Amino acid sequence: MLKIENLHAAVDGKPILKGLSLEIAPGEVHAIMGPNGSGKSTLSYVLAGREGYEVTEGSATFAGQDLLAMEPEERAVLGVFLAFQAPVELPGVGNANFLRTALNALRRAKGEAELDAMQFLKLARTRMKTLGMTDEMLKRSVNVGFSGGEKKRNEMLQMSMLQPRLALLDETDSGLDIDALKLVADAVNALRGPDFSALVITHYQRLLTHIVPDRVHVLAGGVIVRSGGPELAQELEASGYAGVQDGTPSKRSFDGSPVAA
Amino acid sequence: MTAVASTGAAAFLGRHEGLRNRLPGARVAWVEALRERGASAFRAQGFPTRRVEAFKYTDLAGVAGQVFGEPLTSVDDAPALPDATHPRAVFVDGRFRPDLSTLGELPFAVRSLAEALPNLEGRIGALARPEDAALVALNTMLFEDGLVVDVPAGVDGGTIELLSLAAESERAPAFHPRHLVRLGEGATLTLIETAEGPLNARYLHNPVFEIEVAEGARLSHGRVQQEGREAFFLSTVRARVAARATYDNFTLNAGARLSRNEIHVALTGPEAQAHMNGAQLAGDGQHLDTTTSLDHAAPNCASRQTYKTVLSGRSRGVFQGKIHVHQVAQKTDGYQMNQALLLSEEAEMDSKPQLEIYADDVKCSHGATVGALDADQLFFLRSRGIPEPQARAILVGAFLTEAVEAVAEEDVRAALSRALDAMRARQGLAAGLEEA
Amino acid sequence: MPAVTETIETVQAVTEGGYKWGFETDIEMEFAPKGLNEDIVRFISKKKNEPAWLLEWRLKAFAMWQKMEEPRWAAVTYSPIDYQDSHYYAAPKAGPKSLDEVDPELLKTYAKLGIPLKEQAILAGVEGAGESPSDSGRMPIAVDAVFDSVSVATTFKHRLEKDGIIFCSISEAVQEHPELVRQYLGSVVPQGDNYFAALNSAVFTDGSFVYIPRGVRCPMELSTYFRINAKSTGQFERTLIIADAGSHVSYLEGCTAPMRDENQLHAAVVELVAMDDATIKYSTVQNWYPGDAEGRGGIYNFVTKRGACRGARSKISWTQVETGSAITWKYPSCILQGDDSVGEFYSVAITNNRQQADTGTKMFHIGRNTRSTIVSKGISAGRGQNTYRGLVKISPKAHGARNFTQCDSLLIGDQCGAHTVPYIENRCMSAKVEHEATTSRIAEDQLFYCRQRGLPEEEAVGMIVNGFAREVLKELPMEFAVEAQKLLQISLEGSVG
Repeated sequence: MLKIENLHAAVDGKPILKGLSLEIAPGEVHAIMGPNGSGKSTLSYVLAGREGYEVTEGSATFAGQDLLAMEPEERAVLGVFLAFQAPVELPGVGNANFLRTALNALRRAKGEAELDAMQFLKLARTRMKTLGMTDEMLKRSVNVGFSGGEKKRNEMLQMSMLQPRLALLDETDSGLDIDALKLVADAVNALRGPDFSALVITHYQRLLTHIVPDRVHVLAGGVIVRSGGPELAQELEASGYAGVQDGTPSKRSFDGSPVAA
Repeated sequence: MTAVASTGAAAFLGRHEGLRNRLPGARVAWVEALRERGASAFRAQGFPTRRVEAFKYTDLAGVAGQVFGEPLTSVDDAPALPDATHPRAVFVDGRFRPDLSTLGELPFAVRSLAEALPNLEGRIGALARPEDAALVALNTMLFEDGLVVDVPAGVDGGTIELLSLAAESERAPAFHPRHLVRLGEGATLTLIETAEGPLNARYLHNPVFEIEVAEGARLSHGRVQQEGREAFFLSTVRARVAARATYDNFTLNAGARLSRNEIHVALTGPEAQAHMNGAQLAGDGQHLDTTTSLDHAAPNCASRQTYKTVLSGRSRGVFQGKIHVHQVAQKTDGYQMNQALLLSEEAEMDSKPQLEIYADDVKCSHGATVGALDADQLFFLRSRGIPEPQARAILVGAFLTEAVEAVAEEDVRAALSRALDAMRARQGLAAGLEEA
Repeated sequence: MPAVTETIETVQAVTEGGYKWGFETDIEMEFAPKGLNEDIVRFISKKKNEPAWLLEWRLKAFAMWQKMEEPRWAAVTYSPIDYQDSHYYAAPKAGPKSLDEVDPELLKTYAKLGIPLKEQAILAGVEGAGESPSDSGRMPIAVDAVFDSVSVATTFKHRLEKDGIIFCSISEAVQEHPELVRQYLGSVVPQGDNYFAALNSAVFTDGSFVYIPRGVRCPMELSTYFRINAKSTGQFERTLIIADAGSHVSYLEGCTAPMRDENQLHAAVVELVAMDDATIKYSTVQNWYPGDAEGRGGIYNFVTKRGACRGARSKISWTQVETGSAITWKYPSCILQGDDSVGEFYSVAITNNRQQADTGTKMFHIGRNTRSTIVSKGISAGRGQNTYRGLVKISPKAHGARNFTQCDSLLIGDQCGAHTVPYIENRCMSAKVEHEATTSRIAEDQLFYCRQRGLPEEEAVGMIVNGFAREVLKELPMEFAVEAQKLLQISLEGSVG
């Protein structure tokens, strides 16, 4: 489904990804772990098409289509969803209006009938209930005045409404307490199925006890340095990222604190 | 000159004619040409009337209607001087007084403009152009002295003071000093300027500053305007700030019957910064005007302005402040706040902040408030047993503090705090003084 | 709230042609000869069969105008206007003496303008149409349509008359209610108020007149559609709205013009009078032809709008969405005379391509405890120049007066300009004035966020801009709000990417 080959990308002329290859089959959930600055967020932005992330070499295709040649909204319509690490505020843009517009843009592209306000509200309310969100959050401007946890929930609400085929979760777990973490995991797990793939980007292992990945990759220095099954996440938890960083072993544990020699 | 005293622009133009051969630089061709430029610009503009947008709120008719004495005065007055805390240049009626100055050994050149004039070609009138402003034109045709400060590249000039006094006299003098300050690359200087005069003497002080701050240099410019209550203070500062350089200006505008305090700063190199702050304290019969303009003419520059005005009695305060962001000045960060407190039913505040923006990737904002002391705060203080006058004084103090605290340079802040306290005491606005 | 999607569809349907209202209607017209002099003033007055006092009034205005100079203080530049090279009177020849006689071409025009079908039927003279409440259960809207120089039709008149409400063209009011017109005309905007108001006073041809009697709450929105159609014509309409004590009225105004290479002058005057406890809400969606991308053609919109809150606790609220015109010069203002009276000004102004707008408001606080709110949202794109200019003036006796002003500017692209010029004059200690202004652009991350959720770039921009303008748009009556949202997006065509 998602196929990345020898991907090189630079930001402000500075190379970040240096030949990353990765393949996610339909129905699979992969996790990407790695120390800060390893290029995790860059990967998600490159896949979603953010301006300023320049691909210098390599390819990325999704469902056989060249992702890198598409506009961000075309990728979204194709089914690529990025859950932002820092969801963006849109003052004055009502959350419901935003979500309905996005949903209908998608439905339009798929040739489906658009939802009217009532149909939309009904659907949104069901999903919000699952996520422990109140109606009031639909009335507020998108992410404006939302707490960190509320923003992440709002991202999950969008994901569950838009029903993507590929979800990129960029450190969605950061700053969440355990209850919120479970809600995020539930939202992802609810989508799991033969037509859904996900790439879970995380610094920590704890999210992966709730979203059990099919494969775990370690990203360091812009390339994948190790891959393995779910057990790799546990191993990293125990030993840290020492020895995985860009071929030059670092004396730092996975949470960033120095490791006693 | 005729025996009949004339007034207005004609009087000053006549004075230029009459003093042609006595003003410094007479017979130096470029100086004469420069003064002629000033005269023709002043002839064209005259004293601006209120129909001129920049003078919408400040009427110069009161100045134009005065008869002023000749600017070239004898220089033997020896007024009482306040104590100096730093090396100090003293001017009396606009003339440099080496006998009163205590500059000592400085690591840079400080000169009298009258003496240095033959060597200053090109330095006068480049930043403060007579064609752009009538008050600069007036100064340009009649300047007779000034302070010339040159801090070479890399030199820390420490702190110096510029004290401008008006002598006690019946002559009602008009003086037009031209001050030039130049900081070389990476140089630093703190300049504390005080303008004062006898409480009831009538005179016109029309100083013009031309300030150049080269790359990476830093100038802190503190100003205390506490002229006598019959004085006219018409002042212009023009500063050009190069890349990564900083210009800090704080003006305490408190004296004079009529004060027009113009500050124009241009940020001409990337990452230049300007901090412009000020306080105006007007009592009965005073008209105090602060007019600023900030030109963002290069990318990645930042500017901060906070101006506070306190008006009591029958007084009038004016603030006009423009931020102009040129098309090249992307990533500009500009902020301006001006606030005024009306303490009397007879006071009036006119405020005109202004944004002119031609670049899109900028963060610019301004704010303005005009109102009375906060009734809730006043009540709160009184409910804690503080008598009303004192409570009011405390709140006024708090209102002004914000502007003073924005001053980074310690010497400047200290000088301002002292002056501010003295001013407030004089106006009965200090804590514990006099009833409201 | 959910209007955006519909908006987008409409926009897509509409934008291929750029300015959708640029058509021209081919009907037989009667013109006054080109030029401006006393004879033209007399000609207009005679055409309208006006009483002598009104002719005198016009001539006095004309004499004043001749001595005045065109103002040049606004931040707009344009080539000199030749006031002699224009017709000051143009009217459909057939002259709709009754609704049945309305030229079918005219009706087509209204159809294209999107005037609701119901109202079209009335314009067509369908007996009884619109005299019963609307089938849809929606609040009906009474429409006065002004085509070039004359009002061609007013709907719902009879229904309104039941409540004693007068809603007609000002020409008709001069005939039918001369005492009201004479009492109030020029009482808020005197003939010599400014250059363009003086010109209007001399040559105004038509406009709307509204009188709401004591204690009456107008049962429907009142609306005027203004349309400039003829070539080389100026439009000078005059609107007068009087809300007597305790009454309430909401009035809407829309305007369009054909696309032409020449600049056409529109110099209107609007006067509002609100007595004790009366409320007037005045909403404008200004969509005059803005000129093409190179700045050729377009309407010069020099308009004087002012309301007097004469009575205690009266309220005047201006809401404007300014998307059209090559040049906009307009400062809807409030004179807050009555104690506790309230003035409001909500504005969205867009300038794209080479449009220039210098617009804002004046709030004169005279009575005690008067309050005013100003919310201005300026959007600049292309090579547009957008200036907010406003005055808040507090007189010494306006004890307890309050003003709050918020001016926000949004820049799209680096060839445009956004300017803010507020004047604050406070002469009353117990008054409080607060002003805030910001400038920003659409953040790259906001755009990316929307696109990541599947919105095309222009739609994303439209959504963010509508969010930016929301505080103002929510002040508009629902029907207009939808229209305004569409307009904002259309007006930004081609400004992105």
